[in-house]
Amino acid sequence: MNAEASSPTPAVEVTHLRKVYGGGRTEVVAMRDASLSIAPGEIVGMFGPSGSGKSTLLTAMALINPPTSGQIRIAGTPVMDGPQALVDLRAFRRQHLGFVFQKANLIPFLTALENVQIAMEVNDVPPKEARRRALELLRYLGVEARAGNLPVALSGGEQQRVAVARALANEPSLILADEPTAALDRTLGRQVMELFAKIAHERHAGVLVVTHDHRTLDVFDRILDVEDGMIKVRAVPHPPTP
Amino acid sequence: MNLAVRDIRHNAGRFAFTSVGIGLLLMMVMGMGGIYRGLIHEATLLVDRVGADLWMVQGSTRGPFAEVSRIPATLEDRARAVPGVAEARCFVSHTIQRQHHGRPLRMVVQGLSWPEDRGDWVPLVAGRPLRQAHYEMIADQSLKLPLGSRLRLAKDEYEVVGLTHGMVGSSGDGLAFFTVSDAISIQFDQPGEAVRLERAARRARVEGVDLGRLQPLLLDRAEGLSSGIPALPAPQVSAVLITLRPGADAAEVRRTLGTWPDISVYSTQEMRELLLSGMVDKARRQLGLFRTLLIIISTIIIALIIYTLTLDKIRDIALLKLIGARNTVIGGLILQQALLMGAVGYGLAWWIGRHAFPHFPRLVLIDPADLASLALIVVVISTLASLLGIWKAMRVEPNTVLSA
Repeated sequence: MNAEASSPTPAVEVTHLRKVYGGGRTEVVAMRDASLSIAPGEIVGMFGPSGSGKSTLLTAMALINPPTSGQIRIAGTPVMDGPQALVDLRAFRRQHLGFVFQKANLIPFLTALENVQIAMEVNDVPPKEARRRALELLRYLGVEARAGNLPVALSGGEQQRVAVARALANEPSLILADEPTAALDRTLGRQVMELFAKIAHERHAGVLVVTHDHRTLDVFDRILDVEDGMIKVRAVPHPPTP
Repeated sequence: MNLAVRDIRHNAGRFAFTSVGIGLLLMMVMGMGGIYRGLIHEATLLVDRVGADLWMVQGSTRGPFAEVSRIPATLEDRARAVPGVAEARCFVSHTIQRQHHGRPLRMVVQGLSWPEDRGDWVPLVAGRPLRQAHYEMIADQSLKLPLGSRLRLAKDEYEVVGLTHGMVGSSGDGLAFFTVSDAISIQFDQPGEAVRLERAARRARVEGVDLGRLQPLLLDRAEGLSSGIPALPAPQVSAVLITLRPGADAAEVRRTLGTWPDISVYSTQEMRELLLSGMVDKARRQLGLFRTLLIIISTIIIALIIYTLTLDKIRDIALLKLIGARNTVIGGLILQQALLMGAVGYGLAWWIGRHAFPHFPRLVLIDPADLASLALIVVVISTLASLLGIWKAMRVEPNTVLSA
């Protein structure tokens, strides 16, 4: 089953994606003929039980787990045709993708500011410019005051905000978030989800959030359920914001 | 942004401890080289300073620094008669060990050919050269004999009239300069009982032959001083040193002396090479092997610690890959850490060595060229050591971040 958005140039477009692990008697089909499109400015929630194929789909879209077959286009650029990479994946990741995880995964020996700055510097942004933009992002996310702190000195919510700032560093077309609120309490989790919605709507990035948290359903423009490697559209809480 | 420096700052304690360890190892590598340079310096010090152009030594031998060399002191006079020779001096050198104030005192007894050579060429840090034919000595400071002190050797007492610094023999024992006759007295000193027994034996030998029975005077002579018996050879010296006249043809002088079948002649350069190719060469190889082992150990230690540091941040490396960092950024992080560790270790080695080496019992001579070559070696081993960590980092998949 397909889950298509109506945007003419989707932030991401996955077509007939199939992923098979192993072979012969040990073959496991993790994803079956999945198609998905997320428009710029749209935030999509993806739900599903463990082992349903959510992570497989997410990692395939993150260009770190090539599909067995199917195509992936990001910001209109064909990037994967089956297991075949059509672009330099690492370069494409740094230019077009942003990632947020269950844990913030901040680099422990860099300050909050440097964690954001490094994402820009690896994308060849000059250090001074990267620093200025990183500060702007931290201000946007409300953690500017903690810019000089190491991750160990930040609260869980602050760490996750810095991680979001890092994901936004290179103004990506697509932000992939893997259970970003799992390690946060209800209030903080809600704040982070609302932050993603704000980013999608204000910065016009496509945002895909894999989550188990049903308390934040209202922030999503669309909700997808993944079961046995297949995507199902569950509901549309409100129309997608163009 | 320099990731290597930031990571090191974060792991400052571990980095510091490892660098100190590497520094101590490199100090030993540096020290081994310094000991070798010191050996050469000490071994050739005398040959270089004594100022001879040619060395006459016992025929078919390699001279006093390689083996026992005995030639008659009268060769000094024969050599002076050779055209082109400006000066000839007896050279006596032997090592003795005595008890002095309850401690062992080892010294190289060096004979100066009085009165031509009073030790004016010996670099003194205190006192004066010899001024009399007997009972004066110039001692190196390492012998710990103060100026004006008196030392009993053989049957005589010698006063320290001059002090040198760093004048030691190839074995590292301090040099002590005496007149040749004093040096010979010290070398051939025998206890009174041994002298009496020798004289009695001589008398017995003379009594056993017809001449002794016919010439009773010979019996009295046999019991007298050795120097009073013409048949006994004069005291022998280790070598005779020759200084050529300005403009003299050294090859011609050497050719002339070479026709004398009882001696061998060497130039100062040849004497130097003989010295170095013998004992010092073995020491050089021994120290060289130790240096190689220490360098290998240093490489392994740097490699292991860099590998451990890489393992510690494997998730961070995976994250860097996920956000698109190039391999050069990740490889550079590891390589820079290894190079920094090597550089800090090298700096510590230099600093510790600078303060520690002067207290070593033998001279440790750090040559700038050796320092430069060790710096290059440190760069090479640090680079090699980083390869293991880089190899591990290159194998990390970006999705390690998600699975962790």
